[in-house]
Amino acid sequence: MSRRRVVITGLGPVTAHGVGIEPLWSALCEGRSALAPMRGFDARGFRAASGGELPATFDVKEFVPKSYRKATKVMARDIEIAVGGAATAIKDAGLITRGVDPDVAPTIAPDRFGCHIGAGLIAAELDELTAALVTSRDANGVFDPSKWGAQGMQELTPLWLLKYLPNMLACHVTIIHDCQGPSNTITCNEASAGLSLAESQRVIERGAADACISGGADSKLNPMAYLRQEHAGRQAICSVDDDATSVVKPFDVAAIGGLVGEGGGLLVVEAEETAIARGARIHAGLSGTGASQSWCEDTVGLLPDASGESLADAIEAALRDAGVSADDIDAIIPYGCGVPALDELERAALTRVFGASVSTKPLVTLAPIIGATCAGFGAIAVSVAAKCVSEQRLPARINSTNTGSLNAVATASESRALRHVLVCTPSLGGQNSAVVVSKFN
Amino acid sequence: MTSTDPDSASSRRVVVTGMGWVTPMGHDIDSVWRRLMNSESGMGAITRFDARTFPTTFAAQVKDYDISRFVRDASVHATAGLNSQFALGAACQAWTQSGLGNYSALNKKRVGLYLGAGEGVVDFENYAASNIAGFDEATRTIDGVKWADFAHKAMNRMCEVEQEPNMPLAHLAREFGARGPALNCLTACAASTQAIGEAFSLIQRGDADVMISGGTHTMIHVLGVTGFNRLTALSTSKGDPTKASRPFDKTRDGFVMGEGSGMIILESLEHALARGATPLAEVAGYGSSADAFRITDIQPEGRGGAASMGVALKQAGIDPNARRADGRAAIDYISAHGTGTKENDSIETRGVKRVFGEHAKDIPMSSIKGMMGHLIAAAGAVEFITCVLAIREGMLPPTINYGTPDPDLDLDYVPNHARAAKVDICLSNSFGFGGQNDTLVVKRFV
Repeated sequence: MSRRRVVITGLGPVTAHGVGIEPLWSALCEGRSALAPMRGFDARGFRAASGGELPATFDVKEFVPKSYRKATKVMARDIEIAVGGAATAIKDAGLITRGVDPDVAPTIAPDRFGCHIGAGLIAAELDELTAALVTSRDANGVFDPSKWGAQGMQELTPLWLLKYLPNMLACHVTIIHDCQGPSNTITCNEASAGLSLAESQRVIERGAADACISGGADSKLNPMAYLRQEHAGRQAICSVDDDATSVVKPFDVAAIGGLVGEGGGLLVVEAEETAIARGARIHAGLSGTGASQSWCEDTVGLLPDASGESLADAIEAALRDAGVSADDIDAIIPYGCGVPALDELERAALTRVFGASVSTKPLVTLAPIIGATCAGFGAIAVSVAAKCVSEQRLPARINSTNTGSLNAVATASESRALRHVLVCTPSLGGQNSAVVVSKFN
Repeated sequence: MTSTDPDSASSRRVVVTGMGWVTPMGHDIDSVWRRLMNSESGMGAITRFDARTFPTTFAAQVKDYDISRFVRDASVHATAGLNSQFALGAACQAWTQSGLGNYSALNKKRVGLYLGAGEGVVDFENYAASNIAGFDEATRTIDGVKWADFAHKAMNRMCEVEQEPNMPLAHLAREFGARGPALNCLTACAASTQAIGEAFSLIQRGDADVMISGGTHTMIHVLGVTGFNRLTALSTSKGDPTKASRPFDKTRDGFVMGEGSGMIILESLEHALARGATPLAEVAGYGSSADAFRITDIQPEGRGGAASMGVALKQAGIDPNARRADGRAAIDYISAHGTGTKENDSIETRGVKRVFGEHAKDIPMSSIKGMMGHLIAAAGAVEFITCVLAIREGMLPPTINYGTPDPDLDLDYVPNHARAAKVDICLSNSFGFGGQNDTLVVKRFV
């Protein structure tokens, strides 16, 4: 039985370089990093005082219809990123939804429109929560639950909890754009967005939807979430005086760790036949996906599986799913965050899959340009992969100078024949995701 | 090699070969089922923290739980949060029942995981202390440097990492060696129903032969109870907590929080038969939809729930408006989402009528949440298991605390007492805050 093919028709990345694929693509091709000292909170008390923050001009209100502006008050940053990304991807796809124009008939039937979004563990805004907590201190200045229960909790807005449930990304997006089809929220750390795209593919294949808004969004730029990144061993030491643009060195022998970037993105993925029927511009094919779970010696994966075997399994599953061989892959976008243990896991996995020819496969390294984007990574990387195959061009790389067997040292952007681009990532917790993005013919 | 040609994937049948749960009413299938049949309750005062002044002071807590009774080596899971601990206990029961542990030919790369697990519990004492220490009274904002200084000393690394919602996956993978596709979804109260549905879909597609699936969650902590109290979703009944959760009753005033885990083993039929396993039931259909309506309100006609039920029934090849040859309605039982909030129970009733029309009144529909509490992300998996048990035992669990009929809610809610019935096909609903609706259809394996 032939499978329904799935294509990418809308791109909506949201990164430190702004909203949409064009500003990101320009920065990647020019090798221009957006990593800089944090503005949103004073990060000088942490290992890394810099990261990849969205531009100060980012305003979620630009991406919601007037009638929905009030709801932006209950959007955590992660939700704002998803809402901005969704509107951008839908516009890019040329779709009309209720969120684009409520007075015009939608060009996609609401019940055929799904939504799958990868999300992180959303940390509460500490200013707001603490302003409430401090009303419930005992004589020693310690939080007193009995004061809190009796009175203090009333300081929180009634909808407080709904700012931080991971599924509220999809909740807002589905409401704004009237997506009544299957909707899910995948929470597997760095693998989340790739796994969401795989779920959209599966949902479209089985006929439960014709198109999905799909991807992921995450912001760790909040003291609590930021500390968790430190705890997970993800952060380089980088003071405000260091040049953050040169800190992250993926796969380099001198790599010292990563810097976090907030962001993510949504894509419109669609059944090939319905995309063609509506005359959509097709960026690329979403031709195969794979997933696996790593064996982690310490259970939760702080010490990643050095063998790379499971990530290799996910990549091989994606290649099989796409009906291509390792030889057909012309470029690779790994997580490549500059954390030595994770980079070595990826190196081992890529070497398993590609053997000696791994050195001929150019890697695209996003982390020095926009930071490690956590649950949003897969969506940004697949957007970039789609742009690579549609432009037949590789972006530049910066910072790394000695990456051994991997083709990952600093280089300028170049035009190149690209048939299939592999996106892959391991994750804290051991879930692996791989996606093959193909030139659309 | 136990893998299957993906080209035959669309016809792959999927069966349940193992089940387990850790619940407020006990930690094994049989004793909890007996208690459900006896209309007992798992509710009591909250003891996890001092909740005496909270609007809601009671919940259905898991009691006397000891993970070392279930796992091979508890020290491997020493840092596990409560959610992962519950998940391990439930999954070990399911794994044991399935017999997969004794199947030497098992290819663990074809064993996947799809959970609807909730996030771990915040280390609240240190979290609150760090926030208070970092708070600048003058600006009423957090001073990042002061906060970090305190938090670096106060907070425990593993305790923080274990709060990530994918950590139950990691613990189960470690326990059983599963290396296939692994996902966690978190769609609030719909999560584990959705997880089972997508696990079913992954096996059908040929991506795995076996999936460990289900959910685990606890929100019985300061911020969890606070959050739901502020939303006015919880019952604030005074008096006997065992009477607080009253699904479908006119006087219902909100849900009661539960906690725990339900886990199942799903398997392609051919894989199960090839190793001589006994299918407990067959997953026949799965539907998912979004309300796309409002952040806090359910679409009032029950459109979203009706859509997920409709898709699940269609996939199962069931016409909701047809009668079977022996005169029975299209299905035998609905495990309701039935939270006991005013809105959910009315709209769910409306949605069921929308799907089954005049036949709705002939289909018993109950909510075990009156006894068990609402296990949030884990609720759907636990309720799916009760559907399998209903089929196997020929008994329907009751909706307890049903005393005052609501004139608008006129279906057969199996009030107060379990009932014997011929049960071949069940439908299980879960609806999440935020508008995700998920439905599973499970039937007797023949």
